[in-house]
Amino acid sequence: MSEPRFPYSSGRHADPVIGAPSLLAEDIVVGYPGALTPALRGVNLEIRSGTCTALVGPNGSGKSTLLKAVAGLLPVVSGSIRVYGNCVGACHHRVAYLPQRGEIDWAFPISVERLVLTGRYVHLGWLRMPTIRDKDIASASIERLGLSGLAKQRIGNLSGGQQQRALLARALAQEADLLLLDEPFSAVDASTQDTIYDAMRNLRQQGKTLIVATHDFNRLTGAFDMAVYLKAGKLISQTDASPCFLNLEKEQVWTG
Amino acid sequence: MDWLTEPFRYAFMQHALVATLLVGITFAMLGVHVVQRRMAFVGDALAHTTLPGLVVAHLFGMSLSFGGIAAALVAALLIGWASRRQTVKEDTAIGVVFTGMFALGVLLMSRTRSYRDLTHMLFGNVLGVTTGDLWFISGVTLVVFIVLVLFHKELELTAFDPTHGEVIGLHADLMRFLLLGLLALAVIIGIQTVGVILTNALLITPAATAAFLSDRMPWRMLFGAVLASISSVAGLLFSYAVETSPGAAIVLSCTVAFIVVFAFNSVFRKFRTTASDLVQVDELNAAALPEDISQCN
Repeated sequence: MSEPRFPYSSGRHADPVIGAPSLLAEDIVVGYPGALTPALRGVNLEIRSGTCTALVGPNGSGKSTLLKAVAGLLPVVSGSIRVYGNCVGACHHRVAYLPQRGEIDWAFPISVERLVLTGRYVHLGWLRMPTIRDKDIASASIERLGLSGLAKQRIGNLSGGQQQRALLARALAQEADLLLLDEPFSAVDASTQDTIYDAMRNLRQQGKTLIVATHDFNRLTGAFDMAVYLKAGKLISQTDASPCFLNLEKEQVWTG
Repeated sequence: MDWLTEPFRYAFMQHALVATLLVGITFAMLGVHVVQRRMAFVGDALAHTTLPGLVVAHLFGMSLSFGGIAAALVAALLIGWASRRQTVKEDTAIGVVFTGMFALGVLLMSRTRSYRDLTHMLFGNVLGVTTGDLWFISGVTLVVFIVLVLFHKELELTAFDPTHGEVIGLHADLMRFLLLGLLALAVIIGIQTVGVILTNALLITPAATAAFLSDRMPWRMLFGAVLASISSVAGLLFSYAVETSPGAAIVLSCTVAFIVVFAFNSVFRKFRTTASDLVQVDELNAAALPEDISQCN
């Protein structure tokens, strides 16, 4: 992978610290600017490399906040976040973030192909145009998510499920090691859900680390190694994603 | 063909033609970004806020361009800064800043009792463009063109998905300031041709017209530039023939082009949307949504 001549952020060249987990959050407090109470209140979390973790909890429990803090979109008030042993932002190209669909201006005149290609920009930096190789990587991701027929379409012409797949295709094109997926299954059709689970399985086989915020309790067992439960900005528990644990936790989170 | 070539025998008309063409092309390219980012109000604000700068430069016998650039850059920074903090809503901040600065300009100008110069600032003086002005206009056009080409992918990304920009270390604010800076530069040359009050029309109208003609930004810029060029020539010829203000005639030509394209688009849209690929997407759209509600509970 070629390094950008003029990277967007000066600190992106940091190499992973050997033996460090993909993500290590120590007692982090994270709040939105202007909010009175922080959205995350003292969360400790360690995510080992090569695992697939489900982030579960009711609305407002802090799932998105955690992902945004790891992606560097929200500043950490106190505590520390380490990604591969480095501080947030030290290796942008290793972290891909799949935003919720509402964060993007879908009316913008840009094709699906070009949207996915923006996943390569972190490897290009200033003044460098996407190469043939970048375009090949983008089309491969588009194909993996079953959007080949729509590659030339304007993003505004896509259905909700297709939009979600296009965003995931971009995250794949980034070739990151740690993928943060914020509600990839929300408001999508069943076939898109299957496609996304397929893509996730594939990423796991490649040894990538995934952290996925989700409401979908029914499929936690097959698709995930770990389940992390958040509630009201606190970490309730971090368990294996096996059925006996899950039933217990499900009770606790959704009723208690 | 005499009516077409005859007016351009005069040097002042040749200068005016070159100036309006360059200004039209610059504004069409910038306008595509401005329209996409829903910043249509910003160009107007920048143009109005240059007035005190122009007047002060005029009073002290300095270059008007210099005074205008200084004022426009200050305004661009103020607007960018105010909207970033979100303490005041952006449109409110713009409304306050631009009317205030404009009033200050008029106040200063009324002290000088030079209403001819004020009229030139407000409505432009494209027939008085000198060779020196032309060099300046060419320089600005070149700078805007080069910057828009070099930073196209970043400007595009931060316009529709600032979040992804932040994730990869590309700050949306930085690109916004870059665009505002280019606008501030462009506004100065716009003021020379169509004046403070009509500058925003050159920025918005060709770009808005081009939006009907293509779904891709580079094409929109090209179409916008072509439309602006045609409107410039038509406006100049019209104003020469009937002896009216050239700035207003150019802006009206742009407006007519917009109306014509808008009307054509409304009539022919039926045919466009029956294209087979769109139907296919619509069917998929219909099948997609209802799944989620059960998941959320």
